[in-house]
Amino acid sequence: MAAEVAEAEAADGQCRLRRFSCELGLLSRPDGSAAFLQGDTSVLAGLYGPAEAKISKELPDRAALDVLLRPKVGLPGVLERSREQLLQQTCEAVVLGVLHPRTAISLVLQVLSDAGSLLSCCLNAACMALLDAGLPLSALFCGVTCALQPDGAILLDPTARQEQEARAVLTFAIASAERKVLMVTTKGSCSVQEMQQCLAAAQRAADTIFQFYRDSVRRRYSKC
Amino acid sequence: MNIPLAAAPKEGTAAGGGAAGGAGPLQRGDRPGVSLARRGRSAQGAGRRRRPARGAGAAMAAERGAAAEALVGQVVLPGDLLLLPAHYDEDAEGERLRLSAGTATPGRLLCGPGLRRSGAGLLVTKCGLLRHRPAGGGAYWVDSQQKRYVPVKGDHVIGIVTVKAGDVFRLDVGGSEPASLSYLAFEGATKRNRPNVQVGDLIYGQFVVANKDMEPEMVCIDSSGKSSGMGIIGQDGFLFKVSLGLIRKLLAPKCEIIQELSQLYPFELVLGMNGRIWKCPSCLTWGPSPWACGLLAWEPLVQL
Repeated sequence: MAAEVAEAEAADGQCRLRRFSCELGLLSRPDGSAAFLQGDTSVLAGLYGPAEAKISKELPDRAALDVLLRPKVGLPGVLERSREQLLQQTCEAVVLGVLHPRTAISLVLQVLSDAGSLLSCCLNAACMALLDAGLPLSALFCGVTCALQPDGAILLDPTARQEQEARAVLTFAIASAERKVLMVTTKGSCSVQEMQQCLAAAQRAADTIFQFYRDSVRRRYSKC
Repeated sequence: MNIPLAAAPKEGTAAGGGAAGGAGPLQRGDRPGVSLARRGRSAQGAGRRRRPARGAGAAMAAERGAAAEALVGQVVLPGDLLLLPAHYDEDAEGERLRLSAGTATPGRLLCGPGLRRSGAGLLVTKCGLLRHRPAGGGAYWVDSQQKRYVPVKGDHVIGIVTVKAGDVFRLDVGGSEPASLSYLAFEGATKRNRPNVQVGDLIYGQFVVANKDMEPEMVCIDSSGKSSGMGIIGQDGFLFKVSLGLIRKLLAPKCEIIQELSQLYPFELVLGMNGRIWKCPSCLTWGPSPWACGLLAWEPLVQL
């Protein structure tokens, strides 16, 4: 399958996003696949579904969504498990699972390189894989990471070094419908006003990412 | 202080987006929960707060309620809301029962695959190109690329027999469940005259029952009892798995691919809507690989 590569760079006033690019449909076996690159962080996502579910795991009224996150080296640990939970809850909020009861949808993410903002890269790759597989979705979502520096400045899409030096790192999953927040996770401490400022900055950045999604899909369908 | 959280979409009581072939009334979808988010947004308070930049104005307008006619032939993404012309809305908003059976509803809009009826208009649920057919009240649907097949009533598919369980065969059709096929669902089959079906055979049939709640059921006869091309294909020949969009392209009238391939040498094809193509066994000395390469080489060029 031809792989579409789309690239974008965002400069949003004082907050910059790193250069990001995406490839759709690059794996032949999964029903949907996507590779998402943010700066030097890259994640490969493969989606299988709706497929037959094991009797023990099937749900009678909706699809059972399962997420597996594989780190670049080593075995998956507690950190991967917690990220899988966050991804699963985010995906379940947008996938219309009621249209496929008693089926299983499996999302497998492989970290290819980690240079900061890994969770938001995973979220973006997951959304692109859902788009590629043709699963029914009620909205799209994107992930944005904010780092709060000790002096109070907000950095979007931080590198690994900026994340280490920051006072707090917040990751938001933002839906395309009216930019609602689907998931927030915080590491570190910050005040309520700072969190609201980070949220506003993330929602502005989400506009750029959704426009990038639209351009990638448009490029993919422009060949017909 | 509460961060505005999006409510998970409530389970719609009516399944939206029926099969393209089936004509049904407009279904009421779920209404996205908006009130919680609005309250949270205003709670962000005064000061340096800014609303999310509407800078990408065209993109936002396209997402929140663009007219359906304007987007026909363009790429739409999940979450886009398509507004319908006024007379469709009046029909659905009132939902009045018509006591006189004589007056037929003039415009009954068909909501095809990839779309769901939701409040003000149609909500797009799959990414793809928006298509419109004006005949018979109008129909909108989304042409999307997919590899995984979901059974739809009336589709003709190629199934592989996996289990012979008494009076019923189980077929793998590429969906989430195996389909069932009764031994009496063949032309001229009786309890004494059973069809000769082995495990591993290919069968070309159509779905009579295919919805999300029940196990799909297939038959190899049409409504008048004739086979009309359906039945056991056998164990010879070659089976290819391709994307669903390529099958739809091949089934279009005057398909150039079929015409060009038929100029190479004659062949017989069976196309299943579940992405499977069967080709008759080749009687020439060289094997199927040039033919298969020819067809699979079209796959990346013909995306849909």
